[in-house]
Amino acid sequence: MTLSLEEIEHIAALARLRLTEDERARYRVQLSAVLDYMDKLRQVDTAHIEPTATVLPLRTVLRPDEVQPSLTLAELLANAPAAEAGLFRVPPVLE
Amino acid sequence: MSLTDLTLLEAAAQLGSGAISSRELTDACLARIEAVDPALRAFLTVTPERAREAADRADRRLADARRSGDRPPPLTGLPLALKDVLCLHGTRTTAGSRILENFIAPYTATAVQRLLDAGAVVLGKTNCDEFAMGSSTENSGFFATRNPWDETRVPGGSSGGSAAAVAARLCFGALGTDTGGSVRQPAAFCGVVGLKTSYGRVSRYGLIAYGSSLDSIGPLARTVADAALLFGVIAGHDPRDSTSMPAPTPDVTRLDGGLRGLRVGVPREYFLPGMQPEVEQAVRAALQTLAALGAQLVEVSLPHTEYALPVYYLIAPAEASANLARFDGVRYGPREPAEALWDVVEATRGARFGAEVKRRIMLGTYALSAGYYDAYYGQAQKVRTLIKQDFDLAFEHVDVIACPVAPTTAFKLGAKTDDPLAMYLEDVFTLPPSLAGICGLALPCGFDAAGLPIGLQLLGPAFGEDRVLRAGYAYEQATDWHQRRPHKDTL
Repeated sequence: MTLSLEEIEHIAALARLRLTEDERARYRVQLSAVLDYMDKLRQVDTAHIEPTATVLPLRTVLRPDEVQPSLTLAELLANAPAAEAGLFRVPPVLE
Repeated sequence: MSLTDLTLLEAAAQLGSGAISSRELTDACLARIEAVDPALRAFLTVTPERAREAADRADRRLADARRSGDRPPPLTGLPLALKDVLCLHGTRTTAGSRILENFIAPYTATAVQRLLDAGAVVLGKTNCDEFAMGSSTENSGFFATRNPWDETRVPGGSSGGSAAAVAARLCFGALGTDTGGSVRQPAAFCGVVGLKTSYGRVSRYGLIAYGSSLDSIGPLARTVADAALLFGVIAGHDPRDSTSMPAPTPDVTRLDGGLRGLRVGVPREYFLPGMQPEVEQAVRAALQTLAALGAQLVEVSLPHTEYALPVYYLIAPAEASANLARFDGVRYGPREPAEALWDVVEATRGARFGAEVKRRIMLGTYALSAGYYDAYYGQAQKVRTLIKQDFDLAFEHVDVIACPVAPTTAFKLGAKTDDPLAMYLEDVFTLPPSLAGICGLALPCGFDAAGLPIGLQLLGPAFGEDRVLRAGYAYEQATDWHQRRPHKDTL
């Protein structure tokens, strides 16, 4: 199977990744080869097999809803590239 | 013999008796880092002031303990290193990525806090493949780490910095993380001991996530007993991680039970025609050593082994594509300038993620996308069930399973960087246990003709770390592979 350039562009858009022309060409070849290898999984009959999402026997772990100490606003904003008035600052979402 | 040649337990004993101080140990490690690491490149960040302050505190604590007769916490004054995917409050934590190159962690991971509470001295943060995605540490966004046994070769990955630092005597032990082999394979390539803990055994709170259903934190050290000591400290339930298991941590302070009667499974699928012959010979010789020590070798079959690689490289990238969505140039990390928000996000991610991370995000996004979910991600989750059942069945007949860690010894820098599939094949023996969530110990079992270390992998059932540590300890006591050290002029 060979992914088309349009498919590569579609996946990159879903993943919010800006790729160069060179990257698009390279990933097209490499991902096609990897997906060909993945086709091996079609050989396995899984008609009556349940999927494994977690290996643990735990399901929906709950805890009491109690107020706990947490990071301060200043600590939360300290790593932001831009912050103002206690908020993350970003460029306009809508014009 | 220099101070840095002591094992973790030997150093602890000498600290306890007052023969040496933590400050001396810490200064010896820092001096060695300064001398060796410009060539080895195991550390991304070294924190000498913080380490010396912690050492001085530890020395006061040890002196108090000697006066009062109390036992100080088990790691008091012992210098360790942390893989840079683990958050340490107030310290740069990059995950090996340019997208986090200036991130100062505002809190501390639970596993790290447990080390600190036990008195450990943190020397710094070690290099790794970006977001722990890789098998050679060449995917670091900063630089490649060298193998201490041969500086033209990789240390393995993704915890390559931790493994190289332990092997080169820059620290007395380190934490790594293992999602598909990232503690065990670098341990094997660098000739040290690495424990992949059972999924859920060690809290993932404060670990920068890669594959959330697979990620585990584990120790790297120079002996099995050293690894056991670190394991005993970091293991245990944490209310801050809903996938941490409320199970008691076994006592691994005494490992000298011997092997008599232990049933050791030998999986026929783990000896492949394409593997390096010296690796097979060394592992088969190790099996004979185990038998000579009283273990009973039992052939077992893990029939779905060949599917582990495609299953892993669908599930882990799928989880990664979701986990790494948070890196958007808004809340942390540098931001690429652009006019509108989504342009900022796309430009920042495109410029700051490395090639392998983008490749896995693309692969995972594809596997989860409409029209392909059932064929790829869904099918992979079902085959994962079969892989786990293989181990469940095997452990009905055997106590541990013994096999190679990797099909080859350490390869040359650059040898596999252009061929993702060839790099992924490095993980063929470590992926199935990761998918099953069980535990595994890598320990030295020989050297190839080029003088490169070979690793033996001992697998135990989920939450059976005590079994693999005891078996590994018995093997280590009977052999001297772990006593060899890299002796390059620069090291």
